[in-house]
Amino acid sequence: MKTVTRTIGTMALAATMVLTVSCKDGNKNEPAAPMSNEMHQESMDDKDDMAMSDNQDAKAEAILNDYFNLKDALVGDDNDKAKELGNTLAQSLKSFDASNYSDNETSELNDIIEDATEHAEHISESDIKHQREHFKILSKDVTDMVAITGTKAKLYEQFCPMYDGGTAWLSKEENVLNPYYGSQMLRCGKVQREIN
Amino acid sequence: MALVVIQFFPVTLNESDTVPQSDFMIVNQVPATINNQLQVSCYDCHSNNTDYPLYSKIQPAAWYLEDHIKEGRDELNFNEWDTYSSRRKNSKLRSIIKQIESSEMPLDSYTLIHGGARLDSTAVKEIIGYMESLQKN
Repeated sequence: MKTVTRTIGTMALAATMVLTVSCKDGNKNEPAAPMSNEMHQESMDDKDDMAMSDNQDAKAEAILNDYFNLKDALVGDDNDKAKELGNTLAQSLKSFDASNYSDNETSELNDIIEDATEHAEHISESDIKHQREHFKILSKDVTDMVAITGTKAKLYEQFCPMYDGGTAWLSKEENVLNPYYGSQMLRCGKVQREIN
Repeated sequence: MALVVIQFFPVTLNESDTVPQSDFMIVNQVPATINNQLQVSCYDCHSNNTDYPLYSKIQPAAWYLEDHIKEGRDELNFNEWDTYSSRRKNSKLRSIIKQIESSEMPLDSYTLIHGGARLDSTAVKEIIGYMESLQKN
């Protein structure tokens, strides 16, 4: 008798699972995000060294540009836009090839890019609170990247003492617009350093 | 009928006998209480070795779990801790702290069945304090 009860119990559990999983399966037809990985493995074999160097500068600038667009979306409290731009940034990061720098720099850049990519990917699938948490570390990664790659643009490192014990970010404008608070506290922060 | 059929679909189990040298517990001198709590609360999904519950023997529960475990392990694998760069370790530590602080981890769906995995406020404080001690500026 006991076994019968248990069997029925097990079957009920299994049936519940079927229901849960079939709901989940409904979403499974959407294209899987990780495909992007392959899309960006474009080879650079056919480019000579000179072109590569220019190309790398351009790629670092592209990363910065994506970063600033993402920052603006966060300033505007735009979760969806930030998701989209997080994805764009992740693609730019993946197409960056650090091998053209000195050994130390290459290894440092690879660490930066790997970490930044992970944060950008999280931003592409999170709510705005999480997006901002990741943006904090992403900002540090991008700042460290610029310290190695340099940039043509003039940048401002800005700092808000209130967010998460004090947090920095980069901006192309001197004017402070806070990506961590958006409209809630748009003006919180100051320029703490100028780059270039 | 479908239920019977799917019982024969195997899944690759996330099981391993050995703990690699890169494991979080080996790389860091983790105090015993924290070590135990992390093993119980996190390692099922965040390492290469899952202590499978009984219900995992039944399909489709096994598929459902497999998905979860894979996702968890990709995100953070304590067994591979030392393969992360120091920058990445810091990122992971921060995420661990944030996730535990906000009670997002361990997942409710997990602690529902694994009561011992639930972190009480003392455990939360201890773990966060320890993770903070590992962070480098």
